[in-house]
Amino acid sequence: MSFPTDYKYTKEHEWIKADGKNATIGITSYAQESLGDIVFVDLPKPGADISAGKTFGSVESVKAVSDLYAPVSGTVTEVNGELATAPEKINKDAHSAWMIKITLKDPAELNSLLSAADYEKFVAEEGGH
Amino acid sequence: MGAKMVEFNGWGMPVEYPSAGGIMAEHNAVRAGVGIFDVSHMGDIRLAGPQALAAVQHISMNDASRLAIGQAQYSALLYPQGTFVDDVVVHRLGEYEYLLVINAGTREKDFNWVRDHTRQFDCAVENLSDDFTQIAIQGPKAVSLLQKLTDADLSTVKFYWVTRGTVCGLKNTLIARTGYTGEDGFEIYVPSDEPTSARVWNEILQAGKEFGVVPCGLGARNTLRLEARLPLYGHEISDTINVWEAGLDRFCKMDKPDFIGRASLEKAKAEGTKRELVGLEMLERGIARDGYKVLDLTGREIGYVTSGSPAPFLKKNIALAYVPKEFVTLGTELKVEIRGQGVKAQVVPTPFYKRPKKLRTEN
Repeated sequence: MSFPTDYKYTKEHEWIKADGKNATIGITSYAQESLGDIVFVDLPKPGADISAGKTFGSVESVKAVSDLYAPVSGTVTEVNGELATAPEKINKDAHSAWMIKITLKDPAELNSLLSAADYEKFVAEEGGH
Repeated sequence: MGAKMVEFNGWGMPVEYPSAGGIMAEHNAVRAGVGIFDVSHMGDIRLAGPQALAAVQHISMNDASRLAIGQAQYSALLYPQGTFVDDVVVHRLGEYEYLLVINAGTREKDFNWVRDHTRQFDCAVENLSDDFTQIAIQGPKAVSLLQKLTDADLSTVKFYWVTRGTVCGLKNTLIARTGYTGEDGFEIYVPSDEPTSARVWNEILQAGKEFGVVPCGLGARNTLRLEARLPLYGHEISDTINVWEAGLDRFCKMDKPDFIGRASLEKAKAEGTKRELVGLEMLERGIARDGYKVLDLTGREIGYVTSGSPAPFLKKNIALAYVPKEFVTLGTELKVEIRGQGVKAQVVPTPFYKRPKKLRTEN
């Protein structure tokens, strides 16, 4: 499994692609595989604030509900409306099925996130359990 | 097999088989074709002897005296309060021989209960749970698949009847036309030693290739039985829920000789039920899940969800829930509390899914 090198990652399996003061957030391919068929996504509305480490929504498979954790703090500018009717897009291509776009409150928060290489190592170890 | 495993009542059980496509694919394969389940975690209790029928009648609520040899019925073991020890399928295997198939999580409890409450009858009670691997073959193509592997003429076995035959070379194997999916299908009982069980499983998979057979895990087992409104112990039925509340009246024969729980049930019937099990369909975006609160339209808590999930075949989000009597009318609008928000749902008829009836021209 490979992860885009221009993204950063969290141990809760979110990815974030930053572009100056803005960023795009989703969940990783590893996450969608663990979840199975995704049937429902619950996301915040534009204008909502998200806070690093706190939950900002949830994603559901047939069997379970999983929280989504904000990799960084910021304000939601856009929400991917496609996921309301076609949540399976996340299973098809998790790294391009973005969930929310935000303006970053503090770009320095990105520095404490995992690189693609670190995340790859992390999931390899986790998968070994 | 690359299954995703989970712990279930002390057993390592597959939840789904990603290579098969996961829960949704497994579920739909059973509705359209055929799926197979390793359900060895279920328990088996054999009652045999001159008073085996009297013993079965005493501890269960359905009327086992109606069973011909080779016939089975859905039933339940009740506490004196008219609440559930467990639900059970009673199979009459012989003149004086009955097999009770019970749930995994309640094996020990059930066996102890049966043994302790049949001592007064001339009847041997054996716990055969570890002796058998139970494999379920379910779906419209189940009969074609199993027929390839057995010399028994399955066309003569009606739904909820059993037979014996050679299956995968194993003589005298019990074959029951029963299941927990709402589809036609069979449950076979083969010796539980690892090599035999594995060989039979693999032979079924091989024989099933032409029918698109799919191995199915606990996840699909749950969504299938939910669509068919089949109860799950600990959810729709338990030791605090009685037969009338659970809506299982037709499996409870009050006109048969006395059985454990009868007196309480008579009293409860006279008093009337205060709450009943209803089917819910979500009207707004959201998935109702086990344990979620049910609210009336003003937001007042009135009940709870016993089982809830997306329904892969029906493509709706459904649930079973206990609500007060005044809310059971079909079409009643209610709300389910999902992560702090009340989300609209409606009371709908159950079962949510009923398999299509075969035309007389088909066999």
